[in-house]
Parts: sequence; C-alpha cells; structure tokens
Amino acid sequence: MKLPIFLDNHSTSAMDPRVLETMLPYFVEKFGNAASRNHAFGWAAEEAVENARKQIAKLIKADPKEIVFMSGATESDNLAIKGVLEMYGEKGTHIITSSTEHRAVLDTIKALEGKGKITVTYLAVDKFGMVNPEDVRAAITEKTILISVMLANNEIGTINPVKEIGKIAKEKGVLFHCDATQGVGKIPVDVQEMGIDLMSFSAHKMYGPKGIGALYVRKKNPRVRIVAQMDGGGHERGMRSGTLPVPLIVGFGKACELCEQEMATDTARLITMRDRLEASLMKALEESYLNGHPINRLPGNLNISFAYVEGESLLMGMKDIALSSGSACTSATLEPSYVLRALGVGTELAHSSIRFGLGRFNTDDEIDYTIKKVIEVVTKLRDMSPLYEMAKEGVDLKSVQWAAH
Amino acid sequence: MAYSEKVVDHFNNPRNMGSFKKDEEGVGTGMVGAPECGDVMKLQIKVHNDMIVDAKFKTFGCGSAIASSSLATEWLKGKTIQEAQKIKNTDIVQELNLPPVKIHCSVLAEDAIKAALADYQKNADGPAAAAK
Repeated sequence: MKLPIFLDNHSTSAMDPRVLETMLPYFVEKFGNAASRNHAFGWAAEEAVENARKQIAKLIKADPKEIVFMSGATESDNLAIKGVLEMYGEKGTHIITSSTEHRAVLDTIKALEGKGKITVTYLAVDKFGMVNPEDVRAAITEKTILISVMLANNEIGTINPVKEIGKIAKEKGVLFHCDATQGVGKIPVDVQEMGIDLMSFSAHKMYGPKGIGALYVRKKNPRVRIVAQMDGGGHERGMRSGTLPVPLIVGFGKACELCEQEMATDTARLITMRDRLEASLMKALEESYLNGHPINRLPGNLNISFAYVEGESLLMGMKDIALSSGSACTSATLEPSYVLRALGVGTELAHSSIRFGLGRFNTDDEIDYTIKKVIEVVTKLRDMSPLYEMAKEGVDLKSVQWAAH
Repeated sequence: MAYSEKVVDHFNNPRNMGSFKKDEEGVGTGMVGAPECGDVMKLQIKVHNDMIVDAKFKTFGCGSAIASSSLATEWLKGKTIQEAQKIKNTDIVQELNLPPVKIHCSVLAEDAIKAALADYQKNADGPAAAAK
C-alpha cells in the first residue's frame, strides 16, 4: 500500500490508465482540428470526436447529437441556465432549484437573481438531503421556465428522485436541467426515463481527464433550444464555439465506455468497502452520525460527523489520507457546509463532518488503514476536546452560555 | 493550506494537554469560543504566590487553535500574573506563523488567557473562593 491514500473521489478522480492510453495518439500524431473538413488530419480528428460522442451518449441513453462538449460541468451549468433564460425569457423568468445544489448552479442562479433577471424558488430538502417531487410541483407557476435539481449531491451523496421530478416537469411543460456531475458513470442514468431535458456532467469525476465535460441538450419531445453564451466559430451546432480538445474528448469517451462496462462490478466493490468503513467507524466511535441518505446514496460516498472534534483538525491528524470536511475553518466566513445546514445538521456537527469519497482505485488495505487511523485520531482529539470532557461529565452542551465570537 | 512547522509540532505533540480540577486552590479557568463557531478553548492556570506554576488546556478546534492554546500554556508557565496579562495574540501569530484566516485562533487564545486570569483573580478575591 502506498501513502498518501486518495479518498476524495468527489473532488476529482485519478485518470484510468486505459483512458490515457486512448488519448495519447491524439496529441502528436493525430493532432488535427476536428473542424478541418478538407484534409486527412481533420477527418481523423472528427472521426475520433464522433466516436467519443457515441460512447458518451450510450452511457446516458441519449442520441450522440444531443451531446455538446464543454470545458466541464461548471460551464455546462452556466450555459444550461443562462442559455434557457435567454431563449425562453419572454415566456417567464421563474426558476426552481434546491438549496443543496452545487455552487456552479446556485451561484449562477444567484447572480441572475441579483441582477433582477429572474425570480427563484429554493426548495428545502428533507433530513437526508432529498428534494420532494411534490414540492417541485407546488412551486411551479405560469412563469416557471426551468427546474434545476441535481442527481446526486457532492457532499452527502444523496440521490434525488429525478425520475419523479422529470415526470412532473413534463406534465407541466417546464424544462428540467439536472446537474449529474457526481452521478454519471457511478449510477445508471437514462435521460429518457428520467425526463431530463438538459444535463451537466464532467469527465474527471469518472476517471477521465480534467477540462472536458458535456451538456446534454434534448433534441425531441421537446426540442430544447439554448442561446450560446460565447460567440465564435459556431462549433457544436452553434451552442459552444471553440476548437474541440480532441484528446480530452477521446479520453472522455473512453472513460464513459469503461464506466458503462464496469459499473456493476465497480458498484459492488465500492459498496462493500464503503459499508465496511461505515460499520467499523460507527461501531468503534460513539456519537458518530451519518449525514445523507442511508440507502439512496452514491456507492462511494460516506459522510460522518464525529461529535466533539473539529473536522479540519481531524484532517490534519490524518494527513496521509486525502479527505474533505464540511468544516469551514479556512473559509473567510467561518460558516460550515451549507449542504449539511440545509439537512438540519447543527452547526457544531457540521464542523465535525468528514467526507470519504471512495473510487475505482481504492483497495481493501487502504480502507483498513483508514479505519485504524480515523479511530486513532478521533480518540486523540476527543481526549483533547473540552466539549467531550463536559459531555462525559454530564453537562448538557446546549444549556451552556457560550461566548460566541 | 499548508501549516507552519510549529503549528504541526504543537498539534502532534501538544504541550500541557489536560485539566485541573476547577475547585482546586489557585486554579483559574478560562473557557472561550462556541461549538457553533467551530472552536472552544479551555485554558487553566495554577497560581502560587502570584506565579503561574502550571497551565493546562483542552481545545476543540482546528490545528491552529490547538497550537495557539498549546503555545499559550507553554508561555504561561513561570510567568507572574502581571507578565501573563501582557501576552498578546500578535505574539502568538508571529511565533506560529499563522496565516490571516487563522488570526482568530490567536485572538481566542488571548481571550482564554485573560479569562483564566480573571477567574483566578475572582476566586482569590471573593469569599466564595473556597466554597466554589
């Protein structure tokens, strides 16, 4: 086993060596511009791009023509939301989203809201982080032009009832955008069955290269139209100008193909490892709380709050394991995770949260090491924690008058 | 964010971690911060003849908060009450090389020192000292 261990697969993932191998010829030998229609270099590049488009479309049950290449999911979210508003803004300017969306969606929407261009309904989530489809239905007005709800949450892994939301969107004739960055490649996605009109996803979360993503744009029932947010050569059927990064696209395609072929085995392995990690930590460490949905959760996700210890210090004590925390001790605002807060997790427990993100390349040995290390460090920090000491003495921490600073 | 070597050292080898009994003679306890803010420091001093003979801390917080309080106990030991009053958060920032986002940790440590000194004074002055 090699240290450090990477358990932060929600942030990014290592590229699969098979993906890299597929990409290599497209840097030096087959370097053509896919838009060059008049020579062999261009044709080779175009063929590679169209092949990748097919691989990507297959994974999400779409038509290859519905895949529009982007620099990543952030750009996809921006284009979906701004592009729909610009196209359909005359029909209405109301957008529905949820309070636990990724910031690429929330900040895009808040920016438009701040400029007075749209009105927004931010749906609350339940204690597991799930959007209630009936809340979506209730929020729809005549002026609603877009529903944007994520497939799976990046912090807690909760999977939303996207199919039900898609059904309501169809019924009401409202477009449905889904940020599926964490879900595509990890869980089955079918844009037809799920009733999704626009979908953002990215290669680097599924063992592909960074710098490439896609926006799925539905072509029929209904035909979705968006206004491009960048002017230029009119690539990607006018929706996204800019020379296509052929090697990245080839890698993205291969990554999708591998995810499709190996999803069942990957998922089974990840769930076994994740459940063992969860059970071992919960058993050894009292007052540890699972954040997110106990069942409807991404296979590689585990988010736990270890009461009485602060997340950043936990990470510091486990510096040979790459993890992430909902504690925001480093952020300027000192506010912990808005996702955990939206679930109703108390601020102090939000500060104590750790996100484990397992991926294709993690091993049982790494999980064993992680279990041992987390137990050791949590125990050490609890010994050091005045809160743990007070709780052990029977003091109700809620009754204490804290001097907030 | 990378931590300074001194922060890492205090975090890995905390000095004077632990607690005195609050009602022990000569002990002053300062507890500052709030769980919602992500840091709580408990700093205790043991005073004999106006001299701080021992100090202990327990901290819930990030590595810099733990290091700040650990350092504070080191500095307090052997100081008189008057000298201890003069410890400034900026001294802690300098010693531990704290980045701007972590300055509040040093402020908290200074507050904890002040609170422990005040508590000691209160216990020493008040007739309730023995009863507490």
